[in-house]
Amino acid sequence: MWNRENIEAQWAGWTERAERVMSVVRPYRHRIALFLAVVGPGLIVSNVDNDAGGIYTYAQAGAKYGNTVLWSLIPMTIALYVSLEMCARMGAVTGKGLSDLIREEFGFRVTFFLMVAILFVNLGNVMAEFTGVFWATETFGVSRFVSVPLAGLLVWAIVVAGTAKWVERVFLSICVVYLSYVISAFFAKPEWLIALLHLLPPQLTHYIPTVRPFVQVPPFTAGYAVILAGLVGTTIAPWQHFYLQAAVVEKRVGPRQYAATRNDVLVGSISCMIIVFFIIVCTSSTLFANGIHDIDNAGTAALALKPLAGKWASALFALGLLNASLFAASILPLSTSYVICEALGFESGIDRKFSEAKIFYALYTALIAMGVVFVLFLGRFANTILLWSQVLNGFLLPVVMIFVLILVNRRDLMGERTNAKGFNWVAWISTVAMIVLTLVVAYSSLRELMSHPVS
Amino acid sequence: MLYATELMGAKTYDAQGNYVGKIREFFIEPAEQPNRIAHYLLSRGSFQPLVARHDQVASVAPGNVRLNVNERSLEPYEPNEAWLAVQKDLLDQQIIDTSGRKVVRVNDVDLAEQRTNGSIELRVTQVDVGLPGAVRRLFQGIAPQKFIRRVQGQFPPRSIRWEFVNLVEPDPLRRLKLRITHEKLEDLHPADLAEIIEDLSAAERQGIIASLDEETAAEVLAELDARLTSQIVEKLDPEKAADILEEMAPDAAADLLADLPKETSEELLEEMPGHEAAEVRELLEFDPSTAGGMMNTEFVFVGEDSTREDVLKWMREQDLNLDQLDTIVLLDRAAQYSGTVPVARLLLAEPEQTLAELKIEPLLSLPPDASEREVFEIFDKYNLRTLTIVDEDKRPIGVITVDDVVSKLLK
Repeated sequence: MWNRENIEAQWAGWTERAERVMSVVRPYRHRIALFLAVVGPGLIVSNVDNDAGGIYTYAQAGAKYGNTVLWSLIPMTIALYVSLEMCARMGAVTGKGLSDLIREEFGFRVTFFLMVAILFVNLGNVMAEFTGVFWATETFGVSRFVSVPLAGLLVWAIVVAGTAKWVERVFLSICVVYLSYVISAFFAKPEWLIALLHLLPPQLTHYIPTVRPFVQVPPFTAGYAVILAGLVGTTIAPWQHFYLQAAVVEKRVGPRQYAATRNDVLVGSISCMIIVFFIIVCTSSTLFANGIHDIDNAGTAALALKPLAGKWASALFALGLLNASLFAASILPLSTSYVICEALGFESGIDRKFSEAKIFYALYTALIAMGVVFVLFLGRFANTILLWSQVLNGFLLPVVMIFVLILVNRRDLMGERTNAKGFNWVAWISTVAMIVLTLVVAYSSLRELMSHPVS
Repeated sequence: MLYATELMGAKTYDAQGNYVGKIREFFIEPAEQPNRIAHYLLSRGSFQPLVARHDQVASVAPGNVRLNVNERSLEPYEPNEAWLAVQKDLLDQQIIDTSGRKVVRVNDVDLAEQRTNGSIELRVTQVDVGLPGAVRRLFQGIAPQKFIRRVQGQFPPRSIRWEFVNLVEPDPLRRLKLRITHEKLEDLHPADLAEIIEDLSAAERQGIIASLDEETAAEVLAELDARLTSQIVEKLDPEKAADILEEMAPDAAADLLADLPKETSEELLEEMPGHEAAEVRELLEFDPSTAGGMMNTEFVFVGEDSTREDVLKWMREQDLNLDQLDTIVLLDRAAQYSGTVPVARLLLAEPEQTLAELKIEPLLSLPPDASEREVFEIFDKYNLRTLTIVDEDKRPIGVITVDDVVSKLLK
């Protein structure tokens, strides 16, 4: 059976098949190479969205309202893509970062206050990320006094010791770990078809008689609106726009490579939402279905999965949370110090030496250190910080989005590449919707903060 | 010393002491004087803004400017492309600091008063790129002058003298009107200039490369990131692009053309002189990841029987590119590759020695289809500075130098 001729014949068959595959792939080889060369920023920026605060919100949404929140994912994907694509395009056409453009067009003072706001919002987010590390490692029974400083050291070292290219590769490979949520969702054994059905607008499915019995109608209550707004608020964050545009500039993407970058952003937005889908389906089919509607944090969500979906589902959920928190905890301080230094004219970039870019590295280190210290000693204020960062996020996002829309429509900057008319409509409508929803979150968080004075 | 930020918004009075308007902008007219504030823009609410000329200003102080003429002798404001606006064109914009060799952003502009018969002229002395300027920009108009001066004194000043400031203006017409030249940039080392250009925006890069002489432009492009290089060349006027390519080493030109779309690279090759285009075309045939793709076809070769004296005499008469004069390739009587002689050995040799006696052992070469891995290994093993590439008939067709290897390794 396994004689020589046989093996050779087999081998020939395989090479022939490989040859056939290659002959299909070859004409696209250049295009694939181009895509791989510029891929990254879009994928990274959208995946970092699914950070500690995000996962908590998605888990909460799934536990509280089950599948009925799923319909919002498609409009959210569109809004995310539209808002990010504008920044990527500005980066490719002007070759300048968003903070540079704001500085040049709106002056020093506006930029300064914007940067102060970004510093505070992102500091809040960094604290939330380290809280996420704490939540996740707690479910494995590790003390936060071990896990959180270790995490801080790890993210600090990755960036300080690595080169830009290497760091990006590390980040891109981390994106794969998000798949743990997909596996975790499979362990939960949800009704996939019914979940998919809920991706369609409820008003539509409600009127199709054949599917009607399977569709749950969303309860349009105040609590539901807040959760919905929370989903948007954690998904579209101001810092993303700065990060993406700077990364596109750094990658030297020009108008000719731009198509590949746009695909990168599109793939990123969709993949981000696919992960959200699996998280919500996972918690919906377990927690919601078994009447567990309130969870304190993302870690308790993971623990609650254990009796319902098994220890693997629980462990994978926690692993995903740890990964997401670490990922965001390394990107946020980096992007924050980068953007602030760029805008105010300090040397920046991880390819610079420490002595060349002192303020950049000092800011970066301080952000991480404050995040770690906060979780170690002030961890009981975690929920307060999370709420505050959402409030600030809600106030900052409209400002940033309006700057983006003004700049992207300027002919003297963008030439022929301003927003097309239809695109502009979609962009303005989703901006207004995002603003309304984030203000709702900001308002409800603010009310909660007022009604429960810090305990 | 005065600062542009402090003077913005200053109330202006005419010779009779009547209020005229507020200062909104300063204009330099580079065609007349490179550093003099030639015109002051005065805004008057809903009335038409006026312009005061430099010889109409009697005194200048923060918050208060006096003219030596009547309001009626001021002219209404008309936008002028040949005027450089301090606020719009300088503040918050990027400039090139030619002494520090980097791109910086302007926070403020420092002005010095100069008394000329009956009027005060303001001269730009330096641009402020440090924290004191940032403090002024932040607090001007919302905090008292004293407070600002005290806070700014806490920070170390960082400024660039006006002579070393090189503006970047992408629009060639405006560049001409504003007398912006890039002569100062041509004195920088191409590697420094390349780093500066990488920090600028796409349009600004384009503007600078287009205005450099071909030789400098070629040297800068060779130092730039490959993707930037192709973006720039693609948008250049084809004739200019071909001239620049001609100045480049054929291997660098081939690498560049390989990154461009087929039609563009064909068009540029058509524009180039025949023999240079042919050389580049040959190089384009090789896969960039092989020895053939890395090699340079311009090299010095002589017969191995010639003496040191003959070779030196011959070389002096040739117009040789000094970059290639590191190693000499030897040919035997059958015109086949027979060895290499580093120029250092030639220096120390006796006049009558033949080059065959000077060549290094062992005889090394690679075929053009050797992989880059093989090239790296042979350079590493024998500590080479130059390696000869030979075809099937043992004829040398090009050389790889150590700098080609270094730049390949860094990618």
